[in-house]
Amino acid sequence: MAAEKPKIEIKGVRDGLLITVGDRGDWPAAQDALLETILARSEFFRGARLALDVGPRPLKAAPLGRLRDRLADLGVTLWAVLSESPKTQETARTLGLEIHLARPRPGRVVRPVDTRPRGEEALLVHRTLRSGMRVEFAGHVVVLGNVHAGAEVVAAGDIIVWGHLRGVAHAGAQGNAAAVVCALDLSPTQLRIAEYIATAPPRQGPPVPEMAAVRDGQVVAEPWTPKLK
Amino acid sequence: MPGTVLTITSGKGGVGKTTATANIAAALAQLGKKVVCVDADIGLRNLDLILGLENRIVYDLVDVVEGRCRLRQAMIRDKRLPNLFLIPAAQTRDKTAISPTDMVHLCDDLRQEFDWILIDSPAGIERGFRNAIAPADQVAVVTNPEVSAVRDADRIIGLIEAEEKGPARLLINRLNPAMVRQGDMLAVEDVLDLLAIDLLGVVPEDDAVVVNANRGTPVALDEKSRAGQAFRNVARRLLGENVPLLPLEDESGLLQRLSRLFGRGD
Ligand SMILES: Nc1ncnc2c1ncn2[C@@H]1O[C@H](COP(=O)(O)OP(=O)(O)O)[C@@H](O)[C@H]1O
Ligand SMILES: [Mg+2]
Repeated sequence: MAAEKPKIEIKGVRDGLLITVGDRGDWPAAQDALLETILARSEFFRGARLALDVGPRPLKAAPLGRLRDRLADLGVTLWAVLSESPKTQETARTLGLEIHLARPRPGRVVRPVDTRPRGEEALLVHRTLRSGMRVEFAGHVVVLGNVHAGAEVVAAGDIIVWGHLRGVAHAGAQGNAAAVVCALDLSPTQLRIAEYIATAPPRQGPPVPEMAAVRDGQVVAEPWTPKLK
Repeated sequence: MPGTVLTITSGKGGVGKTTATANIAAALAQLGKKVVCVDADIGLRNLDLILGLENRIVYDLVDVVEGRCRLRQAMIRDKRLPNLFLIPAAQTRDKTAISPTDMVHLCDDLRQEFDWILIDSPAGIERGFRNAIAPADQVAVVTNPEVSAVRDADRIIGLIEAEEKGPARLLINRLNPAMVRQGDMLAVEDVLDLLAIDLLGVVPEDDAVVVNANRGTPVALDEKSRAGQAFRNVARRLLGENVPLLPLEDESGLLQRLSRLFGRGD
């Protein structure tokens, strides 16, 4: 039994605490390990805002709701559940939980006035990424240049390439299936959004700017054109 | 005016670095420049063979660096071109016998005496590559027009940029126009599109390269050879002349496309 105990990792993040539950063991075992950890240091956890990363586990509403109530009893507010599983993401959303760390908890959002729109963190790569190069960032990535075959871009958010995208691009790498990949020439070796994987079919004719997104569980590319109002 | 150090390198081996070094050097010498080739491909000596100088080697690059001889003693003068010299590589020593700093010092000395210092680099991402790139003022990357060689070239171009030795220029070697026409080989514009760097020249596949190399006469000295002509054109471009690309075959469409491409490179 002891071998089945999942690893519990605690990290401080901008929005409170992030607890990652290791992949080992079934959900009841994971939940026990989690509660045990919190009980052992109950003073530390009291009043905490908690985001929980459950890895690939598919969770239904009942067990997740129950956990939230148990945590509330311990004075811990569960506000986000992170997972690569679309099932768990859906469950979390139904329970009114966030599935992404970057966004603040609803209710705490202060609507910015129009003159100061809220931005999100992005990495600007002002060069061509050649074979063997890799860029990884926990926000969006903007490349002013090409991403050549053999190069790789991994972003927790969106990926924008102002040039040829011929290497590997993984947007929404921490599970955000709403992320998009845009390029002036979208011809990746492989494209991933969250856990969805696609390869580009050989293109006919000259490239046009395209945007790839997940629609109905599939990665699709559509023309990337300004929507001018 | 101090001389220019041009390092000739590649991602993949066997694409024609040594051939290019010997022939560009011979062509520059023929144009009246004082040229020295440094064979930095230690352990894989063959620049001396192409130049036909192997039986004259007494001292080598490692002997110079380790102080066993003076620089002048390790320079071998070419039989045909009195202003062409070679500093051969040591065949027996491994690549750690020389450091990048050694190469920088050596080239600083050579710059005083020569117009051009051409360094024949080993392929790939090893210590020898750093040695060859460290003293470079200019870098030429050699590739063949095939997908795997181009991919490796891309990696090396990235490393050259990382060493702040860029922008490198591209020498496409062994282009076979008939194969390009049949769609069996990447065209010049495909390679340039994939690598996004400037073009230094295009050398066609030519049996005369092998025949001349075996005789120890660089093909650049062969007036009739097309590859020889291509290398002579590269030499003139290095001297700042605007030389259009060699017509690879008598197909006017392709020809025009190529000259347009080259114009873009300048
Ligand atoms: N343009 C060419 N046409 C035909 N053969 C060539 C050409 N360029 C190089 N070769 C041949 O290819 C082989 C490898 O060339 P080499 O210059 O030794 O490559 P590297 O120095 O990059 O390893 C040699 O046998 C050489 O004669
Ligand atoms: Mg060689």
